[in-house]
Amino acid sequence: MNAINTPADLGPMRDYCQAALGRQKVRFLVCAGTGCIAGGSMAVYQELQRLLSERDINVDVELLYEGKESDAGVGTSGCHGFCQMGPLVRVEPTGTFYTRVKAADVPDIITATLDENSEVERLLFKNPDGSRSVTEHDVPFYNRQQRIVLDKCGTINPEDIRDYFAVDGYQALAEILQHLSPMEVIDIVTASGLRGRGGAGFPAGRKWLGCHKAGGSPKYVVCNGDEGDPGAFMDRSVLEGNPLAVIEGMTIAAYSVGARYGYIYVRAEYPLAVVRLQKAIEQAKQYRLLGENIMGVDFDFDLYIFQGAGAFVCGESTALTLSIEGKRGMPRVAPRPRTTEVGLWDKPTLLNNVKTYAFIPDIIRRGADWFKSIGTESSSGTAVFALTGHIANSGLIEVPMGITLREIIYDIGGGIPHGGTFKAVQTGGPSGGCLPASLLDTPIDYDSLDEAGSIMGSGGMVIMDENTCMVDVARYFLQFTEEESCGQCVPCRLGTKQLLEILKDICKGKGRKADLDLLYELSHSVHGGSVCGLGQTAANPVLTTLRYFKDEYEAHIFEKRCPAKVCKDLISFRIDEEKCAGCTLCARACPVSAITGEKKQVHVIDQSICIQCGVCKEKCPTKFSAVECVSPKLVMEVA
Amino acid sequence: MDETLHNLLAPYKDKSEALIPILQHVQGELGYLSDEAMLAIAGTTGIPESRVYAVASFYAQFYFTRRGKNQTKVCSGTACHVKGAARILDTFERELGIACGTTSEDYEHTLETVACVGSCALAPVVVVNDEVHGQMESGRVGKIVAGLNTNGG
Repeated sequence: MNAINTPADLGPMRDYCQAALGRQKVRFLVCAGTGCIAGGSMAVYQELQRLLSERDINVDVELLYEGKESDAGVGTSGCHGFCQMGPLVRVEPTGTFYTRVKAADVPDIITATLDENSEVERLLFKNPDGSRSVTEHDVPFYNRQQRIVLDKCGTINPEDIRDYFAVDGYQALAEILQHLSPMEVIDIVTASGLRGRGGAGFPAGRKWLGCHKAGGSPKYVVCNGDEGDPGAFMDRSVLEGNPLAVIEGMTIAAYSVGARYGYIYVRAEYPLAVVRLQKAIEQAKQYRLLGENIMGVDFDFDLYIFQGAGAFVCGESTALTLSIEGKRGMPRVAPRPRTTEVGLWDKPTLLNNVKTYAFIPDIIRRGADWFKSIGTESSSGTAVFALTGHIANSGLIEVPMGITLREIIYDIGGGIPHGGTFKAVQTGGPSGGCLPASLLDTPIDYDSLDEAGSIMGSGGMVIMDENTCMVDVARYFLQFTEEESCGQCVPCRLGTKQLLEILKDICKGKGRKADLDLLYELSHSVHGGSVCGLGQTAANPVLTTLRYFKDEYEAHIFEKRCPAKVCKDLISFRIDEEKCAGCTLCARACPVSAITGEKKQVHVIDQSICIQCGVCKEKCPTKFSAVECVSPKLVMEVA
Repeated sequence: MDETLHNLLAPYKDKSEALIPILQHVQGELGYLSDEAMLAIAGTTGIPESRVYAVASFYAQFYFTRRGKNQTKVCSGTACHVKGAARILDTFERELGIACGTTSEDYEHTLETVACVGSCALAPVVVVNDEVHGQMESGRVGKIVAGLNTNGG
């Protein structure tokens, strides 16, 4: 079977693919997400292939489709989410879940699985109480999650469309092409309560309806994969792990709004996502799932990839469409018609985030009520977050809306590592805000986060411990938005610049009392006067840190002290005479030779030379811990 | 126009809508967008030179100067930032002897920051010639640079 010539072919196709994959008794799935690849997962994959071949095991998937049995096979999958424990290997059908796998571990994995019917104990996830978890479901990081969009990312080979067929892929498209009119599909999307997963949370059904009703031809369906928030990699993982779900979702959208062409806008920084999408589109075309007369019915849809060229502002809808047109990505000035009416090439355009499209096939197959039953009244379904920063379990998570920040951070994330203390959680990237410990019981949904001064955003969630300076964090985000401002409107171009200058001064100990009021005032001007979302939300990091961490600003301004000991101009390093053993490690490591002292003698840092790089503190053996960081700065003794 | 450039641009004659993919293609092949390449793109597509420059200079991806043989990108995403990316960058600047955003005089090294490479769970992250180094410490920088200098000549 190599094409879907009528929607009715889909059922037999699924059975055919399932049967073929079922002929493989054991399957080793190596995570080929970006995190695991960086950790060396491809070496693990090659070693598995090599050793299985040495055992004369047929690892060629094609032979399964020819009806031959196989004892074992190897495949790559998309991101499993638990990037910190990578490289990850999952064994099917038992679901055995191995963490931190190296190529050298492969012989043990093969022996345990194929010969002994057991597990390699040392590679299983170790729980804080010392016990081991055999499958993903036993790992606390996973068992509090509810995975829909991410569900298939770790279980199918994203480069083989037949894997997607085997897990009900394209059943939703077949269903609507046979039984539903475009309006009926839109009604389902509306009833599901799905809101745009790009961050703003606009109801998807309403957007689809707007584009459906808009006059003009041809219409376009565009997928926003310009995931620009620093600290976020959800869309990347979905595109890399299950590209066909996004493509099927877009095809369903095209049918519903009457679009002939589609674009997937992907960041050029995501080369792997581009490659996987290219393969997925190629295979979808081969099987008659893209192009003319899809599944043999009177419905044409062509899909193209557009690689972004590195401009954060292109995540904004009008800037994104201008960028595809080969222009500078500068958001159109309001009042302007909606993109659903006048979008790409001035034609009606439906623009949604990667995850929004990825939800669609499941919503069609399982029904609007099913989706609506997950999450909260106003925010249905699940939310995907990239949980990073000072957190024990870092990675990609999917949780039902309404779960609290505390549950995410402590139950799934495992809390703050190294005995640290939680200080803040940042959501929504440069447009979002930092929330303090007192708001940990805030439920995750569009409205609650908005009320707290942050936003849901597209899914970045960065945890910060007591060693994070909140003034520095605000400065960091403003530096980002100032650089990324497209420059067409004054409040954003100059406002972010001035906010940044004030924050830099405060971090340098040059802050003045009046700066706090000035920050408020400027923030409100930038918010109220900017043309697009980038400018309108640029001050959120400043406003939330001022609201919840004002004492830190005051310490910087009035005491010239950085409580977290981050701001270089406000800290000094010194060596404790009582503790220094004269091991000379710090002196040898100091890049500017600021440390003097003989072997076995107390060492001294010359504050006039020291550049506060902190290498000495890093190098000082824990048993001595003689180097300490102090703030405010040590006053230099005049000789 | 030199021959390489001519062949590169041949498929794009009068295709003004494909400007960004053209810029990406040319830079991908030649390493950066020289004045000559920019003029050739304008000539081939029929887009005014001023607009080719306006578009190319808007996007961070495009470079107008020759790049170093070895490219070091220090991730400055949020997760990397709170885990000490600034200190890693300082160390690279010192070890390579060049400021962030510049190329060494012998065109051996280019050092820059990137907004986020999406490997946040491994923060802080540095990408050296497309190889990702996770959980970086400033103490490891010297070794990476030494490796580049030996291998890279």
